Amino acid sequence: MSRHTLSVLVENKPGVLTRVAGLFARRDFNIESLAVGPTEHEDVSRITLVVTVEEHPLEQVTKQLNKLINVLKIVELDSSASVQRELLLVKVRCDQETRAEVLATVQLFRAKIVDVATDAVTVEATGDREKIEALLRVLEPFGIKELVQSGMVAIGRGSRSIADRPLRAVSPEEVRAHHEGGSHSAHNGHSTSNATRDTHNRTHRKQVSDHHG
Amino acid sequence: MTDRSDQQAISGAASLIRALEESGVDTVFGIPGGAILPAYDPLLDSTRLRHILVRHEQGAGHAATGYAQATGRVGVCMATSGPGATNLVTPIADAHMDSVPLVAITGQVASTHIGTDAFQEADIVGITLPITKHSFLVSRADEIARTVAEAFHIASTGRPGPVLIDVTKDALQSLTDFSWPVELNLPGYRPVSKPHAKQVREAAKMLTEAKRPVLYIGGGVLKARATTEFRVLAELTEAPVVTTLMARGAFPDSHPLHLGMPGMHGTVAAVTALQKADLIVALGTRFDDRVTGKLASFAPHAKVVHADIDPAEISKNRTADVPIVGDCREVIADLVVAVQAEHAAGRRGDYAGWWEQLNAWRRTYPLGYDLPKDGSLAPQQVIERLGRIAGPETIFAAGVGQHQMWASQFISYENPYTWLNSGGAGTMGYAVPAAMGAKVGMPDRTVWAIDGDGCFQMTNQELATCAINEIPIKVAVINNGSLGMVRQWQTLFYGKRYSNTDLHSRRIPDFVKLAEAYGCVGLRCESPEDLDKTIEQAMAIDDAPVVVDFVVHQDAMVWPMVPAGVGNDEILAAQDVRPDFGDGEE
Repeated sequence: MSRHTLSVLVENKPGVLTRVAGLFARRDFNIESLAVGPTEHEDVSRITLVVTVEEHPLEQVTKQLNKLINVLKIVELDSSASVQRELLLVKVRCDQETRAEVLATVQLFRAKIVDVATDAVTVEATGDREKIEALLRVLEPFGIKELVQSGMVAIGRGSRSIADRPLRAVSPEEVRAHHEGGSHSAHNGHSTSNATRDTHNRTHRKQVSDHHG
Repeated sequence: MTDRSDQQAISGAASLIRALEESGVDTVFGIPGGAILPAYDPLLDSTRLRHILVRHEQGAGHAATGYAQATGRVGVCMATSGPGATNLVTPIADAHMDSVPLVAITGQVASTHIGTDAFQEADIVGITLPITKHSFLVSRADEIARTVAEAFHIASTGRPGPVLIDVTKDALQSLTDFSWPVELNLPGYRPVSKPHAKQVREAAKMLTEAKRPVLYIGGGVLKARATTEFRVLAELTEAPVVTTLMARGAFPDSHPLHLGMPGMHGTVAAVTALQKADLIVALGTRFDDRVTGKLASFAPHAKVVHADIDPAEISKNRTADVPIVGDCREVIADLVVAVQAEHAAGRRGDYAGWWEQLNAWRRTYPLGYDLPKDGSLAPQQVIERLGRIAGPETIFAAGVGQHQMWASQFISYENPYTWLNSGGAGTMGYAVPAAMGAKVGMPDRTVWAIDGDGCFQMTNQELATCAINEIPIKVAVINNGSLGMVRQWQTLFYGKRYSNTDLHSRRIPDFVKLAEAYGCVGLRCESPEDLDKTIEQAMAIDDAPVVVDFVVHQDAMVWPMVPAGVGNDEILAAQDVRPDFGDGEE
């Protein structure tokens, strides 16, 4: 089993997250972490999923995700070729005696105090999973009163964008051709280009799957 | 299709009906109710749509499915919100499992009431999420026409499947402009149809190099309307063919290259051919557990070429050595050209030794059955004679269970789209409404429902629909008085402890009287001497639905059988008869 980070571009429509999450539940895949938010296109949202699966089920889950009509594109982001971050807010018990120690710890992790009370402080930290886990280990002895954490978000390193080509609608001419042809088969003018690979990040395009791996 | 646009605003409901008309729909099966009511008003004036008022929404769904499977067009059903919509859940799931192009339209409570547990409110989009290819909740009249166009496009292209359109009552009631055609906005939907040439060439090469190939074809060959192309491929390669339950009729049963159906109740020759094959060319099929048996021991010597329109099916259950994503008709057509090229280059498969072995299995273990010693009717005999007398142009729709397996085994299917059944979902109650839908779509063909007495009692209310709407289907009730397939498992695996499988349906209800009560002709047949005569009598009636109660022997069992969970090598040709495969050679 290994951990994989999938970036899923979806249409920004109601119910899309339910479709994605429901698919994972139905196919018996476990989601470790999930984050959803807007992108540079207002019609497109981005879901970042972290899953721990074997290679074969991962291929199956990406294929199943690709079948969802509202899913536009899936890219697997390799940790070495992407920046991956989680956000942590944690309320730590601290009094006069321990405050200095807590503050020092927070500074050491380049985290910050965002709220102060007489017997507690709230710490905000961002970082990859390892950093967040390490910070929590150090803060734990002071007493953690409450903890909330976001799902991971991730972005590929380098200048290339995940959406490297325009998203395009099916034209009415194609619809007409379909209905007049009475054909059952799919007809589209799209190229069936092979899956391109970024240096490390795998693109799971919607039309390609003659290839495995 | 010409551009049509209305200058004056029309209601969302009228827009829905216009969009259905423009999408080429001629028949809608449904039942009105509160939330869908606005749509039924303009429906009354439509000259292009025939609405068939069914007696239960499940009947509407299966009728739309039967219509789609018989005609290849998209089936359409309609229901109101809440219980109307939830009654469509089973047929939607059924269509999803068997990749049937279906558009289900449901009324929804007004958008202002959604989420308030309003009267007859059900989250049908949520409920059907895992059993639809896609679904839409439409709450604005302006979105209706485009949504209908998108739904038909999604349902009928790529791997076909059911699409749900849930329309709120206020969307149906408010005004909109109608124009057609509309631009589809489906940026994430791009099904692949054209196969990869290199993969196809590789498949052709493997076919010529193989010693023991099998062409294993499924429902995708029918969905892609590729049966003509497939026959060319089969005759070109002279490789043996097996047709799954969903593909019966895709290749003539009488063809010498045809070994029959593989799987749990497949022929010994078909099952064993796959087990011993060195190459399986799987076309439009998905290595279902009912075909493979225990996956680990399925076809252990075979390399696999797997072609399917749905990339997710490839290597899902069995890893493909040569995966091909594409529409079956294009794949097969390209494969024909590639095999011809191999032949032209002097490379041709030599399967003589393989055929010798296959023919020996075919001769030694043909399909068969014993006649009951007490002189009562054998269900297999009923179905066999029915197939013979009704002829190869007849469309058969089966329920689920023993009678379904016998109908797939003992009727010779010579033409595509003559065998309709619920393969993936195994929906008891499918037959009568599906036969009704098929008859509406193909009015010139004889349509027989072959049903069990258990299945028949789940949806026979549609006989009323058939009688009133002049849809003269014929129904053969294979009445063994019990839930026969479950009883068979109890016989074999539960020490003959018959827990809750006796329906007593030889006594109650009286199917002849029931048929008559529904305005159908009711006939009964209890002995082999009356069999042909009764079938001919039913065949002669073409102005009313006919129900024939065939009272058959209760202990008949479906053979061959691969018990659930074991490998296909454990196939039993008949009870306690394991074929001799010369296992030493393995």
